[in-house]
Amino acid sequence: MTCRQYKDLMMGYLDDELDNAQKRTFEKHIESCKDCAAELEQFKKLKNVTDSVKLAEPEDVLWEKYWSGVYNRFERGIGWLLMSIAGIALLIYGGFKAVEEMVKDPTVSAILKVVILAFIAGLAVLFVSILRERLYFWKKDRYKDVRR
Amino acid sequence: MKGGCGQEEALIERCRRGSRQAYEIIVRKYMKDAYFIALGLVGNREDALDLSQEAFFRAYNNISTLNSKWGFFPWFYQILRNLCFSHLRKRRVRQSCSLEQLAENGAAAFADDCAEPSAAIEQTELHKQLWQAIDRLDEKHREIIILRHFRNMSYEQMARALFCSKGTVTSRLYYARKSLKEILERQRGPQTR
Repeated sequence: MTCRQYKDLMMGYLDDELDNAQKRTFEKHIESCKDCAAELEQFKKLKNVTDSVKLAEPEDVLWEKYWSGVYNRFERGIGWLLMSIAGIALLIYGGFKAVEEMVKDPTVSAILKVVILAFIAGLAVLFVSILRERLYFWKKDRYKDVRR
Repeated sequence: MKGGCGQEEALIERCRRGSRQAYEIIVRKYMKDAYFIALGLVGNREDALDLSQEAFFRAYNNISTLNSKWGFFPWFYQILRNLCFSHLRKRRVRQSCSLEQLAENGAAAFADDCAEPSAAIEQTELHKQLWQAIDRLDEKHREIIILRHFRNMSYEQMARALFCSKGTVTSRLYYARKSLKEILERQRGPQTR
C-alpha cells in the first residue's frame, strides 16, 4: 500500500470508523512513516477544534412551532393555486367579453377590430407553439428523471 | 437518521395518500437535523428555519417521487442542500457579508440580515477563525464538514445522504480537512504552524 492509500484509512482512524484489522494495519504504517504520523497529529488537533464547536441550540418554542411553519405553507400553497386559477379564468372571461363587446360595437372601426383580433390570434399561436415545444422537450429529455 | 425502516415506509405510504398527520411525524423526527444542517450551511438562524421548512414543504409535494427503500432523509437532504446552496449563490451572503466585514463594521452590522456565524455557534476566537475557514471551503467540502462535525453523522449515514460510496466520503473528508487545515494555518500565521 502507498501512503496515498493509507490517507483514506487515516480519516477512518481519526473518526473511529475502522474495523480492528484496518486499525492495526494503519497503526503499523504510522509507526514506520513519519510523514503520515505527523499528518495524523495535525488532523487530530484540527478535529479537537472542530469537535469543540457546538451550534447554538435555539429556544424550545422554535421546535414547538416548527410544524405550524411547514403547515402554513400548505395552506398558502392551496390559496395561491385557487387564486391563480380564478385569476386566469377571470382574465380569459373578461378578455372574451371585452372582445365580444368590441366586435359588436358599430362605432369601432373595422380596421381596429381586425388588428386586435390578429393580435389575439398571434398571442394564441405563440402560446400553443411554446406549450408544444415545452411538451416535446419534456418528453424527449433523457435526463428528466436524473436527480441533480 | 436511519432510513428505510418499516415504520418510516408506512408513514411515507400514508403521506402519499395525502396524510398530513403522518407527515407531521416525519417532520418532527427530522426537523432538528434539517435546521442545524441548514444553519451550518447558510450561517443564519432565520434563513435556516425558513429554508428547512421550505424543504419539508417541497418534499411533501414531491413525495410520490421518493423511493421508500432509500429512506426519507437522504432524499430530503438533496432538496435541503440544493435549496441552501441556491440561496447562498443567489444572495452571495457570505461574500457580501463576511466576518471580516462584520469585524470592520462593528456591532451594528450584526443586526443585518446576513450570514451571522456568531449567532450560529457558541464561539471563542479560535471558533471564529474556524468558522471563517469553513466559510471559505467549497460547497462539497463545507457540507461534509457540517455533516460530520455538526451533526455527527457516521460515514454510512453520510454516504446515504450524499448518494455516494463510503470511499468517496472518506476521500472528500480528507480533502475537506486538508483545505480547512491549510486555511486555518494561513489565517493564524506562520508562528502557529
